[in-house]
Amino acid sequence: MIGHDGLWTKTFRYITCLLLVTWLVLPLIPLGIWSVARGWFFPDLLPRMWTLDAWRYALSDTSGVLDALWLTIGISLAATVLSILVGVPAGRALGMYKFKGKEVIELMILAPTIVPGIAVVLGVHTVFIYLGLTNTVHGVILVHLIPTLPYMTLVMAGIFSNYDPAFEAQARSLGASPLKTFWYVTLPAIMPGIIVGGLFAFLVSWSQYILTLLVGGGRVVTLPLLLFNFATSGRNDITGAIGMIYILPGILILTLTAKQLSGRSGAVGGFGRI
Amino acid sequence: MSDRLKIILLLLPAMSVIVLLFFGGLLIGLMRSFNYMPVIGLTEPNLQAYVNVFTNEEFYWSFLLSFHISFTSTLISCVLAVGAALLLRRAFIGRAVINFLFQLNLTVPHLVGAIGILYLFSQSGVFARLAAEVDLIQRPADFPAMVFDPFAIGIILQYVWKEVPFIGVIVLANMQALGENYESVARSLGASKWQTFRHVLLPLIFPGILSASVIVFAFTFGAYEIPALLGANYPAALPVLAYRSYTDVDLAARPEAMALAIIIAILSAVMIFIYIRYSRKRVRS
Repeated sequence: MIGHDGLWTKTFRYITCLLLVTWLVLPLIPLGIWSVARGWFFPDLLPRMWTLDAWRYALSDTSGVLDALWLTIGISLAATVLSILVGVPAGRALGMYKFKGKEVIELMILAPTIVPGIAVVLGVHTVFIYLGLTNTVHGVILVHLIPTLPYMTLVMAGIFSNYDPAFEAQARSLGASPLKTFWYVTLPAIMPGIIVGGLFAFLVSWSQYILTLLVGGGRVVTLPLLLFNFATSGRNDITGAIGMIYILPGILILTLTAKQLSGRSGAVGGFGRI
Repeated sequence: MSDRLKIILLLLPAMSVIVLLFFGGLLIGLMRSFNYMPVIGLTEPNLQAYVNVFTNEEFYWSFLLSFHISFTSTLISCVLAVGAALLLRRAFIGRAVINFLFQLNLTVPHLVGAIGILYLFSQSGVFARLAAEVDLIQRPADFPAMVFDPFAIGIILQYVWKEVPFIGVIVLANMQALGENYESVARSLGASKWQTFRHVLLPLIFPGILSASVIVFAFTFGAYEIPALLGANYPAALPVLAYRSYTDVDLAARPEAMALAIIIAILSAVMIFIYIRYSRKRVRS
């Protein structure tokens, strides 16, 4: 600790802290209120009537919200699993080996985080038309790999750069098969990276809008598409309910994995490597 | 198995995805922007789409708007995020709460934040109602336009809301990995608080800020759904302009959409290149 803080510094810190907390939750509050409001018009600060109608509609079979929820979960899980399968080996190569042209490979893998999705997806859409992948769930999962893979690879490269392959050699010399070595030695060591990278990949896929809209052609209706439609059609109550449903999985995942994500975990620091 | 072969095998799946999907998508976009597509009988490339884009006044306004959105959001987010990280690294009550809210915010999609900003700052939104409550305004129209406005205030507010926690978490991780020893040394040698921050801490956390802000700049320059929801109709942000041309009923506008896509890709690459070079020089000096 550097020096002692005066009363003013302390007060200042508490006030900024309070402002920060307010600002962080503020945009979510009107969404929550709208989801249980009926006819909440200007200039009422709070709704005159409270109702669960929007929730009843959102959770009914006819609205399609639950179908969209399961579909979005399925697409994001598939995109995450594919990113792990493809990103872990790539992260191992980039984190553990030095080789000619490594910078070029790194730049190519990171390029999708810098080049906007809209710039790529128009061309991808043209190709997918010929491959019959437009308007399909498979096509959407594939195109979600473009934004998810760089994050996964990046986090894994950070993990593998602090990884000692000697443990694998020891396991092998003691008679473990390559599969057993991977399962009992490598996997536990890289698990924190897979969790953080997978979490990032899931959330990146979960929030995709334009890639899904173009490649899915409006036929693959994920939650963000539904949410956007309701938001622009002025049904604020249903928008509020869908918005709440849409952020729920993220909060659930967060509370389950809060430890891995905290500032002290090395995996987040992987971003400093770009 | 030799190391060389191992590396190739490890990288093969990722490189296939990146080369086929990402660079393939860019290449096809480039070809179509020249109206060149032998598969459907377009064998004579031309520059008509680019001529159309560059002679359209809206394109220049859109570029300025998109640049303003990215630049302003990134700058404000970086400053606030470093401030927040400095606040958070000292142990005190409430730190755990903010830390949790930071991470919570990371999981909330941009679209939800944009709708929240819409309900807060629109002319019949929460703040307009508060202003009416204290008799500052009589009608919704009296409230200053902060969404669908030409200065993109709502869009920037949304990005700042989302990106402060993103940059903050990364900067905080850097600060905690560094500890406070370097700063203690500088302070004991007589450096002021500001000097310690400017010449010791900032250069040390700079790589983290740089990479995070590059991601933020690129994202805010190329995102579609936030300006589509919160932006004015004219001028529209570049990605909205590209999407509109692509979905135009007139199929002749498609090469133009492709040209716009390629221009967006080149612009963001060039701007990030300049930004990285310039800021590296500034901080090291």
